[in-house]
Amino acid sequence: MIAEAGHYALVLALALALIQSTVPILGARLHDPALMNVARSTALAQLLFVAASFAALVTLHVTSDFSLVNVFENSHSQKPLIYKITGVWGNHEGSMLLWVSILALFGGLVAAFGNNLPLSLRAHVLAVQAWVASAFYLFILITSNPFLRIANPPIEGRDLNPVLQDIGLAVHPPMLYLGYVGFSISFSFAVAALIEGRIDAAWARWVRPWTLVAWIFLTLGIAMGSYWAYYELGWGGWWFWDPVENASLMPWLAGTALLHSAVVMEKRNALKVWTILLSILTFSLSLLGTFLVRSGVLTSVHAFATDPTRGVFILLILCIFIGGSLSLYAWRASALKQGGLFAPISREGALVLNNLFLTTACATVFIGTLYPLALEVLTGDKISVGAPFFNLTFAPLFLPLMIAVPFGPLLAWKRGDLLGAAQRLTAAGIAALIAIAVLWAWTRGGSAFAPLAIGLAVFVIAGALSDLAERTGLFRGPIGTAMRRARGLPRATWGTAFAHAGVGVALIGIVCETTWNSEYIGSMKPGDVADIAGYELKLDGVSQRQGPNFREMIGQFAVSLDGKPLSAMTPSKRNFTTRGSSTTEAALLTRGASQLYISLGDTNADGAIAVRIYHKPLVLLIWWGPVLMAFGGMLSLSDRRLRVGAPKPAKALRGLQAAE
Amino acid sequence: MTRKQRRLTMIGGSLAVLAVAAALVLNAMRDSIVFFSTPAMVAEKHIQAGKRFRLGGLVQPGSLVRGDNLAVTFQVADGSAALPVAYKGILPDLFREGQGVVAEGALDASGVFKADTVLAKHDETYMPKEVADALKKQGHWKDDYGAKPDYNAKPAATQGASQVKQGVSQ
Repeated sequence: MIAEAGHYALVLALALALIQSTVPILGARLHDPALMNVARSTALAQLLFVAASFAALVTLHVTSDFSLVNVFENSHSQKPLIYKITGVWGNHEGSMLLWVSILALFGGLVAAFGNNLPLSLRAHVLAVQAWVASAFYLFILITSNPFLRIANPPIEGRDLNPVLQDIGLAVHPPMLYLGYVGFSISFSFAVAALIEGRIDAAWARWVRPWTLVAWIFLTLGIAMGSYWAYYELGWGGWWFWDPVENASLMPWLAGTALLHSAVVMEKRNALKVWTILLSILTFSLSLLGTFLVRSGVLTSVHAFATDPTRGVFILLILCIFIGGSLSLYAWRASALKQGGLFAPISREGALVLNNLFLTTACATVFIGTLYPLALEVLTGDKISVGAPFFNLTFAPLFLPLMIAVPFGPLLAWKRGDLLGAAQRLTAAGIAALIAIAVLWAWTRGGSAFAPLAIGLAVFVIAGALSDLAERTGLFRGPIGTAMRRARGLPRATWGTAFAHAGVGVALIGIVCETTWNSEYIGSMKPGDVADIAGYELKLDGVSQRQGPNFREMIGQFAVSLDGKPLSAMTPSKRNFTTRGSSTTEAALLTRGASQLYISLGDTNADGAIAVRIYHKPLVLLIWWGPVLMAFGGMLSLSDRRLRVGAPKPAKALRGLQAAE
Repeated sequence: MTRKQRRLTMIGGSLAVLAVAAALVLNAMRDSIVFFSTPAMVAEKHIQAGKRFRLGGLVQPGSLVRGDNLAVTFQVADGSAALPVAYKGILPDLFREGQGVVAEGALDASGVFKADTVLAKHDETYMPKEVADALKKQGHWKDDYGAKPDYNAKPAATQGASQVKQGVSQ
C-alpha cells in the first residue's frame, strides 16, 4: 500500500511538473500574472509529492518490506537502522529518487523565497526547473522505478553492498547531490534570461547565492567522498582520478569559475554572456556526471547496475538539455547588451584569468575522462587514462592559477596596480621563500618539487592573510582601530580570505602526503613489530567477533613512539555472509594532522596476516582545506549584501550604467 | 588602451593558455596512456617487454601460488590463452580464482607479467567491463555473469539469494 502510494505520488509530481513547465511560460507570453503565479504553487506542491514519495521509500526500507524489488536487492532485516535509511540511496533507483527530491527542493525554495523576483523571471526560472524535473521523473518512472513489487516475496533480503555500509553513505551522496542539483538553479536562471532576452546586475545578485550554496555542498561532498574512499577502500589513497571522481570534479571547477564570474557581473555588470555560458556549462557537466555514473558506461563502486535502456535515456536527456540550452545560447546571446570594459590588469582581469585557468583545467579533465570512451566507440581500443595523465596536464595548469590567487583581491576594479599589489604581497613572498629554504635544508637530497609547491601554498595562505591585514590596517595603526575595522569588513571579504587560504592548506596536505608518505607492507604474526616513521607497531593478537550482519577478524596493534606506549589500533576484515563478500576496515590513529593507517589483507596458512601500514604526514590538511573553503563560502553567503536579494530600482539603474 | 586593444589582449591571452593546455594534453597522451589487453591479444600482438599495459581476464582456478613475503603468482586466462602473472603485495578483497581481474604492469624478459597493481572491483554478479567485453568477443561469455534477474518472470527464483544468483538472462 505504501509502495503504491509512493508510486502514485511520483506520478502526480510528474503531472504537476508538466503543468509547471508550460503554463507559466504561456502566462509570461500573455502577460497574465495569474498564469505566471501557477509556477509558484505547482513548484511547492511538486516538492510535497516528491517528499511523500521519498518518505514512502524510506518507510519501506526501514520496515524491511522485501516484497519490493528495491528493498529485497539492497537491504537485510539484520542491517542496522542507519544503513536501512542510507541504503535508500545506496542503489540506482533510490539515488535517482533522491536526485529529483533535491531538484524539487531547490525549485520549492525559489518558489518560496522568490517573492522579490520580477514575476516573469520567476515564472521562466521555475518552468525551466520543471523541464529538468519532468525529464527525470519520466526517467525514474520508465526505466528505474523503485516501487516495483515481487510476485512471491522472499523472506530475507540480499543486503547492501558492504562497502556502502558506512556512515559515509549517509553524508556523501546527499551533499554531492545538493551540489550537483543546486547548479540547476543557475542553469534555470541562465535559460530564463536567454528566453527573456534581458539580463542585469539584479540577475547576478540572485544567481550568486544559489551558486554559492551549490558550490559549498559540492565542495564538502567531494571532500567527504575522498575521505570515505581513503578509509574504506583500504588502499590509503584519497583521489584516484577515477572517471566517477572526475565527474564530480568537473562541475566543481566550472562552478568555481561561475562563482567568480558572477562576482564580476554583479559588481561591474561585465562578462554577462560568459557568465550565462558558464551557468549552462556547469549544470551540463552535472548532467554529464549523472550520465557517466548512472548509465553504466563506467565501472566503479558507484555504478550499481548496468542496464542499456537507462544509459540511452539519460544520454537523450543530456542531448536535449545541453544541446537545447547551447542552441538557445547561440541564438539569443547576441541580444544581451555588453557590459562595462576594464583594463587587463584589474580585479575583473584577474577574475577572467581565474576563469580561463579553471575552465582550461576542467577541459583537460574532460578530455582525460571522455577520451577513453570516445576511442572505444570509434576504434574499439581500450585504454585507461590514469593519474600520470592528470599530473602532466591538470597540475601545470593549476600551479600558475595558485600564483595568481593572492593578487586578485588586492587589485582594484576597472584598473589595477600590479606593482602596488606585488608590494603589498612582499611579506607573503618572503614567508614563502623562508618556507622553501627551510624545507630545502631539512629534506636535503629529497624532491625539489615538494619544497617549491609548499612554498607556493604558503604564499597563497600568507597572501590571503595579508589581504586581511591590508584592509584592517593591522601593523600600521593601533590594534584597536584594526579590530574595529576587522568587524566592519564585509563578511564576503572574510569569506574570500578563508576560501583562498583553504586552497593553500589543501595543497600543503596533498604535497606532504604524496612526497613523505611511508609505507610498510608485509605479513605479520602475533608478536611481530613493524617500524614506520619512528612509530613501533606490535601485533598483539588476532580475535574474531560477530557483528549484526557480518563476522569480523580484528587485529590488535599496540602503537608506541620512542618506547613509550601511545595507543591501540584495531583494523579488521569483515565478512558479510549474505553477499559472501568482505571489506577491509582500516584503523586510523590521528596525531595532529598526520595519521597512521593500518589495513589487513589475507591470512596465510601459517597464521600470518598480510598487513599494510602507512604513515601519512599532514594528510588531514587535504580535507581541512575544502572545509575551510566551504566555511569561507558560508561566511560569504551570510553577507548582508547577498541576503538583500534583488536591489532596489535606483541601485539597479546604477548597476546598469556601463563603465567607461 | 583602446577597446580593440583590450579585447585583443584578452583573446591573445586566452589562446596562449589554450595552446599550452593543448600541448600538455598531447604530450601526456603520448606518454601516459595505458592500453588494455587479454592474454590472447598479448600472444597475437607480441607486446615488447617493459611496455606498460593492463591485462584482463579470469584468474585460472588452481593457479594461485603464495610465496614468501606477500609474493604471489597466478595465471590470467581468457579461454584461448593464459599468461603467468607475478605480483608482490596484498590482493584486493574481491580477488578470487575463477573470477575476473585486471592487472597493470609490464612483461619481463621471460614473458611473465609483472603487475604492480591488481584490481578486482566486482562482486559475485559483476565483472570488470573490459574483461566482460573481451570474453564476449571471444565467445567465452556465460550468460549468468552480471545478468540482472527478472523476479516476476521466474517465480522460482524467489526462495532466497542462492537461487537468484543463478538468475536468468534479460
